[in-house]
Amino acid sequence: MSAKQYLLSGFGGQGILFTGKMLAYKGLIEDKQVSWLPSYGPEMRGGTASCSVIISDEPVGSPIVSKPDILVAMNLPSLDKFEDSVVPGGMIFYDSSLVEREVKRTDVKVYPVPATKLAGENGFPTLANMILMGKIFKTLDEFDEEQVKKTLTKVISAKRADMIDVNLKAMSLGAQFE
Amino acid sequence: MAEKILMKGNEAIAEAAILAGCRHYFGYPITPQTEVAAYMAKKMPKIGGTFLQAESEIAAINMVYGVASTGKRVMTSSSSPGISLKGEGLSYLAGADLPALVVNVQRGGPGLGGIQPSQSDYFQATRGAGHGDFHMIVLAPSSVQEMAELTVKGFELADTYRMTTMILADGTMGQMMEPVSLDFAVKEAPEKPWATTGTKMEREHNIVNSLFLAPEALEKFNFARYDRYRVIEENETMYEEYMMDDAEICIAAFGIAARVAKNAINEARKEGIKVGMIRPITLWPFPKAPFAKAAEKVKSIISVELSMGQMIEDVRLATECKVPVTLCNRVGGMIPSPEQVLEAIRNAQK
Repeated sequence: MSAKQYLLSGFGGQGILFTGKMLAYKGLIEDKQVSWLPSYGPEMRGGTASCSVIISDEPVGSPIVSKPDILVAMNLPSLDKFEDSVVPGGMIFYDSSLVEREVKRTDVKVYPVPATKLAGENGFPTLANMILMGKIFKTLDEFDEEQVKKTLTKVISAKRADMIDVNLKAMSLGAQFE
Repeated sequence: MAEKILMKGNEAIAEAAILAGCRHYFGYPITPQTEVAAYMAKKMPKIGGTFLQAESEIAAINMVYGVASTGKRVMTSSSSPGISLKGEGLSYLAGADLPALVVNVQRGGPGLGGIQPSQSDYFQATRGAGHGDFHMIVLAPSSVQEMAELTVKGFELADTYRMTTMILADGTMGQMMEPVSLDFAVKEAPEKPWATTGTKMEREHNIVNSLFLAPEALEKFNFARYDRYRVIEENETMYEEYMMDDAEICIAAFGIAARVAKNAINEARKEGIKVGMIRPITLWPFPKAPFAKAAEKVKSIISVELSMGQMIEDVRLATECKVPVTLCNRVGGMIPSPEQVLEAIRNAQK
């Protein structure tokens, strides 16, 4: 496939936009065409935040993702809202510690990760998104720690460089989760 | 080539303005363009520039007038309702022949409207930004890279022709991130012998003013200004053609609408439908010639817009209604889907 369309969704504050940025930078490092489009507006303030990311070999046309190849659902409202929009044969990654139901679709691959639970148990309660991201990286590609670190260095500002290692740790944890 | 970085469209505008030598920014926050101001607030103090959050949009545009009078590169940015407030100032800038860059990251209207993307300020930008006979050069970026490049170009055009250039973007263009390379050449600002820089007792006073009580004098200035506009129409029109060589159906679209249309065109081509696109990059001056040429060979034109049909009037004028021109649109902050545009293309094919 020459283009992959991602839709990431969750509560405002779960790091949805940041997670989308990780994907976009991963594409950029691999010399692909990328676009990143956040939902902006009232829904960001306490409700659902979502973000469209496209990684493509060709120039990106519309940056709006309405039929994702890959859905990342960090909470139940996100899965409820977007489950049906995933293309047949697509993938759904979700935080199974917050989503208290199974995915209904049978024509997509499903990857539940208890990200929030794992994050809490391992002492980085705010990094559930990165655990899920680790699983996504591992599933789509391979989890090359050097490459991931390079991506993190791009996304995390120099001022917060001390956060790179803990993010990498969270992602590794997600990558190892079966 | 310099390394590409991911930037939001709004940030790309701000950084490009700084690269173009702009050291004065005046604005007032409004979604979805506030990142322009936020970026300037962070950067300007570090490079000896001025960022000022004015008490209102009206104040900000008048501060722009003040700095423009001194010949310095200056800008303001806002979104639709804020641009309406700037209308008086835009007219005064035109009346005094002052160069400035004004950015409109459009949202749904009229009134306070909404905060989602729109293109419904097309009429305002190309026809009626304020009272009196005047135009602004209006540039319509369709990618984050163009947000940056057209900002630099906008300053250059403003200086060359002593008038306002407007960047007419929309919420999507402002908010989205794409890889951008900021490695471009910037022409230095030309000499501005008209600027009010202090006479040093060596020359006559320069006067910057838009009041001419003698109608003969005012008429002369208006005629001269429109002579200049003819030169701009001749030399500065910009557009992109996409798959127009064998096209039987032509799409007219700019900004985000052009990107959606591109997806639809690629799908339609797979179905064997010969469809192409003319994407105006300058909305004023409008690229009349390519549309006039297209009207000689295509069987219809579809104007894809995030408005109730505004650019479509320019398409009809440019083609003298030789072929049917139909509208495919969403409004109020909604964006047409590629499927909707594809359906319009299929209908045109029938």
